Amino acid sequence: MTSTATVGDLVSQPYKYGFITDIETEKIAKGLSEDVVRLISAKKKEPAFLLDFRLRAYRQWLQMEEPDWASLGHPPIDYQEIIYYAAPKQQEKKASLDEVDPKLLETFDKLGIPLSEQKRLSNVAVDAVFDSVSIATTYREKLAESGVIFCSISEAVKDHADLVEKYLGTVVPGNDNYFAALNSAVFSDGSFVFIPKGVACPMELSTYFRINSGDTGQFERTLIVAEEGASVSYLEGCTAPMFDTNQLHAAVVELVVLDDASIKYSTVQNWYAGDENGKGGIYNFVTKRGQCRGDRSHISWTQVETGSAITWKYPSCVLQGADSVGEFYSVALTNNRQQADTGTKMIHVGPRTRSTIVSKGISAGHSSNSYRGLVQIGPKAVGARNYSQCDSMLIGDQAAANTYPYIRSQQPDASIEHEASTCRISADQLFYLQSRGIAFEEAVSMMVSGFCRDVFNQLPMEFAAEADKLLALKLEGSVG
Amino acid sequence: MIRPDAPVLLEIRDLQARVEDQPILKGVSLTIRAGEIHAVMGRNGSGKSTLSKVLAGHPAYTVTGGSVHYRGEDLLALEPEQRARLGLFLGFQYPVEIPGVSNLEFLRVATNARRSGKGEEELDTFAFEDLVKERLQVVQMDPAFLERSVNEGFSGGEKKRNEILQMALLDPLVAVLDETDSGLDIDALRIVAGGVNHLAGPDNATLLITHYQRLLDVITPDYVHVMAAGRILRTGGKELALELEERGYDWVDAELAATERAPAEVV
Repeated sequence: MTSTATVGDLVSQPYKYGFITDIETEKIAKGLSEDVVRLISAKKKEPAFLLDFRLRAYRQWLQMEEPDWASLGHPPIDYQEIIYYAAPKQQEKKASLDEVDPKLLETFDKLGIPLSEQKRLSNVAVDAVFDSVSIATTYREKLAESGVIFCSISEAVKDHADLVEKYLGTVVPGNDNYFAALNSAVFSDGSFVFIPKGVACPMELSTYFRINSGDTGQFERTLIVAEEGASVSYLEGCTAPMFDTNQLHAAVVELVVLDDASIKYSTVQNWYAGDENGKGGIYNFVTKRGQCRGDRSHISWTQVETGSAITWKYPSCVLQGADSVGEFYSVALTNNRQQADTGTKMIHVGPRTRSTIVSKGISAGHSSNSYRGLVQIGPKAVGARNYSQCDSMLIGDQAAANTYPYIRSQQPDASIEHEASTCRISADQLFYLQSRGIAFEEAVSMMVSGFCRDVFNQLPMEFAAEADKLLALKLEGSVG
Repeated sequence: MIRPDAPVLLEIRDLQARVEDQPILKGVSLTIRAGEIHAVMGRNGSGKSTLSKVLAGHPAYTVTGGSVHYRGEDLLALEPEQRARLGLFLGFQYPVEIPGVSNLEFLRVATNARRSGKGEEELDTFAFEDLVKERLQVVQMDPAFLERSVNEGFSGGEKKRNEILQMALLDPLVAVLDETDSGLDIDALRIVAGGVNHLAGPDNATLLITHYQRLLDVITPDYVHVMAAGRILRTGGKELALELEERGYDWVDAELAATERAPAEVV
């Protein structure tokens, strides 16, 4: 008679980006070796410094072991079963969109990211990455007028080699961790953004990552540099088809911010999460780090993590410059058998550095959702301040939520605050909303988006509503 | 206002319900016509709050027998939100707090849900704000409450006023008010009762569930029902409430004992 639907059912909405584009793809053979690293570099006609960077990382990776400290469990990954390079067959990057394979444009249309001149988003420049390569970047000319460089990292390697060489690997070194080393060895594409001194980027920048091939890993690399007084807001989105095997995604993002500059980096991650029994889905092992090198510089990470079978991700800020500011706003939603271990690191080096952490974890189904975060205050960070707030929401009675805050301070003068809470959507709250004519699903989504509001408020306006909808979809059929 | 020819809004027949394995309602019958104000009185545990929850469709209660018809339609077949959209309103004894959900947004969504149930167009944000400002006066509520999360940090009296504000916005045909007077000081009681009186009209009906006479000093019922052990034991006019006030509930116990000895004689 009344709602026998469970919060559990509400979260299990079919994944609507699970289609596969039928397109001819050039792939190299499975497996990883020094030859494969050389082959990738050769295919991309890279300068020697980059091949060196890759080979050094590869050799170090061989000596490293996969980390096992996170609250995650998965069968061993066979790195020789993965294809490290796949690209849709189209020889050169096209000068104009008219020459791009219509199937690719259609794919991005279907994903809600129209690229063609008529339909594209009016205030957002988009770099579209399909499997291992970038297929189009919109508004490049318009951006170039203000001196902003926005292109794929492969193009940047060709056209702006000096900048790439100067900054690549300076925030996340090639041997930083197991997955970052792997990425450094085999990364295929990603975005490059350079905002010159004093320029406020005139539009939102966005990269959309799409995995299409079933047996391919995706290893993108993003590098964003904001020179003195520059500012930019950047958003990435990701989806993948439904396959019943797991796919590896190991990305690296590096941000460099000089004096008085700021970068706002937002992510809406919706990789395929696997089915309700945990079959298939993306293993998402990502290293994201920003360095506030300059005084009064500012980095803000906002992430909405809803997809992937496994999420291992800690967007971090190294606050070097005096009075620099780091922020981390996160919503991580897990359902079914999804596992997420995500959080941030705020490394306070310079004096009067400030950081804010707001993390909202929502666990439904049989999923497991952990916040893991480090706040570290170095001896020179006089007057450093941190505020952390970690809230968990449980839906149903089979899900797990954990909070692992690590606080290390070598500075007696620092101020560190940590707040944590756990709540559950109660049957009485749902009934209250229902008794006012609000349908069950809408009641759940009202409560969830209320819970996430502090974070959604940080997203660029165009995407905040999207994020709200995405969460509602993910939760469809899960409350009870 | 009793009009024998007024349409029947709610027809409860021999309603039985349990929570978990505990039978609570053991055969409640009650007919409510448009324009009427009914009061159900009784001790704690008599089943009066259960009656309100069952009418609104709370999932924790299972109906085990009997029927409820709302304007001729089988009420028990409807989801709680459908009942609300069709004009059944439950004023809660303990309104829950819903952190993070803005009261204004909640009221707007609820109002529009009810409007869709009446076949009216949804109100946009501006039209709704005009409406809510006007209705706030019914309960003399500060507009600042609209900016807060639903009931979060509200005092007992503020929560009850927020309930009556919802009632004023949702324009129900049958309003069931569960212990709306509990926890209110005399001023708040007067404001809340004033709101209820203001909203009562010839086309709607009110079912007050209460423990004490004092609510009935400010809202005059047409019928008073005394409930005990999951049944309505006696029905009378407003003087029955006064009698209860004077004699206490002890005679109810005696009467109940008598009916249990001779169930056939129950009126």
